[in-house]
Amino acid sequence: MSTLTKENLFEGFLESSFAGFENIRKEGKVCFTKQGLPTLKSEEYKFTSIAKKLEQSLTSITGAKPFEVSSEEVKAAIPTGFDGSVLVFANGHLQNHLCLEVEKLNFSSLNEKSDLAIGSIAKAEKDPFAALNQASFEGGVYISIPKKEVVEKPILLLSFIKSNEGDVISPRVWIEAGDFAEVTFITHTINNSDKPYFVNKVVEIKGGLNSQIRYYRLQNEGKNAIEVSNIETNLLQDSRFTSVTISLSGEMVRNNLSLNLLGSNSEGNMYGIYLLNGKTHVDNHTNVDHTIPHAESNELYKGILADQSRGVFNGKIFVRQDAQKTNAFQQNNNILLSEDAIVNTKPQLEIWADDVKCSHGCTTGQLDEEALFYLQARGIDKLQAKGLLLYAFAGEVLEHIQNDSFREYCINLVQNRLGSNF
Amino acid sequence: MSKDNQILEEFTSKEYEHGWSVNFEADEAPIGLNEEIIKWISAKKEEPQWLLEWRLKAFKTWQNMTEPNWANVTYPKIDLQSLRYYSAPKQNNKPKSLDEVDPELLQIYERLGINLNEQKKLQGIAVDAVLDSVSVATTFKGTLSKLGIIFCSFSEAVKEHPELVKKYLGSVVPMTDNYYAALNSAVFSDGSFCYIPKGVRCPMELSTYFRINAANTGQFERTLIVAEDDSYVSYLEGCTAPQRDENQLHAAVVEIYASKNAEVKYSTVQNWFPGDKEGKGGIYNFVTKRGICAGDNSKISWTQVETGSAVTWKYPSCILKGDNSIGEFYSVAVTNNYQQADTGTKMIHIGKNTKSRIVSKGISAGKSQNSYRGQVQVMKRADNARNFSQCDSLLMGDKCGAHTFPYIDINNSTAKVEHEATTSKIGEDQLFYCNQRGISTEDAVALIVNGYAKEVLNQLPMEFAVEAQKLLALTLEGSVG
Repeated sequence: MSTLTKENLFEGFLESSFAGFENIRKEGKVCFTKQGLPTLKSEEYKFTSIAKKLEQSLTSITGAKPFEVSSEEVKAAIPTGFDGSVLVFANGHLQNHLCLEVEKLNFSSLNEKSDLAIGSIAKAEKDPFAALNQASFEGGVYISIPKKEVVEKPILLLSFIKSNEGDVISPRVWIEAGDFAEVTFITHTINNSDKPYFVNKVVEIKGGLNSQIRYYRLQNEGKNAIEVSNIETNLLQDSRFTSVTISLSGEMVRNNLSLNLLGSNSEGNMYGIYLLNGKTHVDNHTNVDHTIPHAESNELYKGILADQSRGVFNGKIFVRQDAQKTNAFQQNNNILLSEDAIVNTKPQLEIWADDVKCSHGCTTGQLDEEALFYLQARGIDKLQAKGLLLYAFAGEVLEHIQNDSFREYCINLVQNRLGSNF
Repeated sequence: MSKDNQILEEFTSKEYEHGWSVNFEADEAPIGLNEEIIKWISAKKEEPQWLLEWRLKAFKTWQNMTEPNWANVTYPKIDLQSLRYYSAPKQNNKPKSLDEVDPELLQIYERLGINLNEQKKLQGIAVDAVLDSVSVATTFKGTLSKLGIIFCSFSEAVKEHPELVKKYLGSVVPMTDNYYAALNSAVFSDGSFCYIPKGVRCPMELSTYFRINAANTGQFERTLIVAEDDSYVSYLEGCTAPQRDENQLHAAVVEIYASKNAEVKYSTVQNWFPGDKEGKGGIYNFVTKRGICAGDNSKISWTQVETGSAVTWKYPSCILKGDNSIGEFYSVAVTNNYQQADTGTKMIHIGKNTKSRIVSKGISAGKSQNSYRGQVQVMKRADNARNFSQCDSLLMGDKCGAHTFPYIDINNSTAKVEHEATTSKIGEDQLFYCNQRGISTEDAVALIVNGYAKEVLNQLPMEFAVEAQKLLALTLEGSVG
């Protein structure tokens, strides 16, 4: 087994052969070689050294192979109360035979779509991990919602991960919603081992005119998971995109979420909640690019950090010169529960147009002692009181989940975690 | 809307008022930068050996550094070898009092509206006037020395109070701090030195006035303020430069040291030549300003009104080391035409119960770029740290930009940190409200801009507030009303 260093981490891996998309992969490889793995010196990865973590945790870098998942396992993994289609992935590879209620759905494994303009939304030159994925993606799925179709029931993307040591999982997802289409996605990961693994995921989403896309993400990664995801969305006129990200565990998680508002009256909403303990490190980087007039974006991220966890938030609102009448709002609030928890936040505005309303705010603090005392004075024990207050702080984000059963599921999960469920 | 455009047009076409220059004989160093030049400067100023060695060490450090490029500004590469690092008006003998100072020099300051004449002490401000590389005159020295306050040019301080200079020089901004600070450490020519002894409350505002006169000259001054226990001082700084086609470099270092219970208030009205309407010429203002609240209960407050310079790169910072110490930063930055400003502050909380407050107001017009870049850092042991930051941007015209880059790094769970920022133009509803009440659009814009900046202007000492308001009026309201 060769020793890995930060410099040559993926060199050998990229030499191995991948099926199809030759030109696209070549381009990705060139981009990746050019950018190299980010160090703490690169502004975008200032607080999150993925490369170092990979070097420490992984002993080899090999592509993960799909494995057998039983239909019982699938059934057990579906969130309670869920009603809708289920797409099942094993180490990132689509398992057609396990999918449920997908008769009406137009989807296929990405490999069957050799004419897709992969990399045209999530551009390889923007992020080294997007480039790495473009060079080496395996598995993944293509989902298309035809024009004017309203998919009422949500679609669950259920990923099973079984890591042999040093496994790299690089799925790539392409989602297209036609004009006037409406769809809800829920992603959920089931991890079957505590061994370290690396997920490098890219999701490209294309929203047609007046389309509505909702993307809910439950990040319940394995204790030793290192995950980087790049989700990038292009929105046309009158379309709307809402994402809710719930990060609960993992070793080091980096979420890059980018919205390109390309049509007027489009709206992008990004909500997130991160409840961290142990040594979990979660880094949310969001980027909204307002390119046209009369678009709106809203952003709310809330974090509760305990133990030695670290939360990083970087929100960038970019308003181009033509994007007059833009409304953009951004907020990040954090509560620190322990002496050793760290928060690094950078809400960033770059405004090149004058007729705009943009604001951002961020706060970091702790629980209000007086509120805690008030509850305790009324006979609620300290732990419960704390749980209640924390839920009151963070619960707001979950209200943005429109699917009732999934919202209930998440609320339960969060309340259990905070100890406010009694 | 056409009226609005007209107002903006007028505003953007405003010319620089202090653009004149005076010709007089000057004592200049040869062009270029090398060890010989540094030795030349040091010899010229009759400096002790330790300072020369300090300079050479800084020069060596600087040679191994690269120019920073992270700031949100663009400008052609500065050829540091084509600059002159020392230029001083020729005076035959060192003047002993103001009466002996070349009247032509005094006239320069007269034209700028700075009164160096003690007899006319209407303003009651002690001034240290710096022209190009040297301090020309310092007023009210006698009055101050009775209280034990030392206020003089930096070269004088080196000669007369070497122990103080040696102790504090580079203690807040080390020579290795950054590219321009290192350069300044190597070639600094003059500046002001101020020492407030224990328990003394400085009875008057101390002020430095900087002016670049000679062409092709860089100005590298150094200011060092030391406030001993229980002392107080309010310090003002102003600057102008003649209108020239080529860019000039100004790389200053300001260090403030505040001991136990001391309070230092530092106000700047920066009005370097900003370049003409096409963005030609102007000063590159790359300044390192930092204060340390070394003692408990100390306080440092920065107030700045930035209206000049082609490119500004400036982050007055506070290191809150003492327990219960307080840092404040109030800023109004106005950019117009092709000006670029990347400015903000750093608040480093180290001591317990430290507090900081940041209020930054940016106004961008024309084709200018205005960025706020700030950092609030709460260290692990800084229990109960408190910070409030507010940075607002006002945009006038559709070709300018406003950017915010706040870094907030919290390592302590008892910290309370708040940050908020807004960017907008003057609301049409606000203008309409004023119009409705019989206030013309021009007056309304003036009113709103003035109100917008008031929170910061209020922090300025009286005398300076007048100047700052005048300056704002010249750049914004003058064209409006």
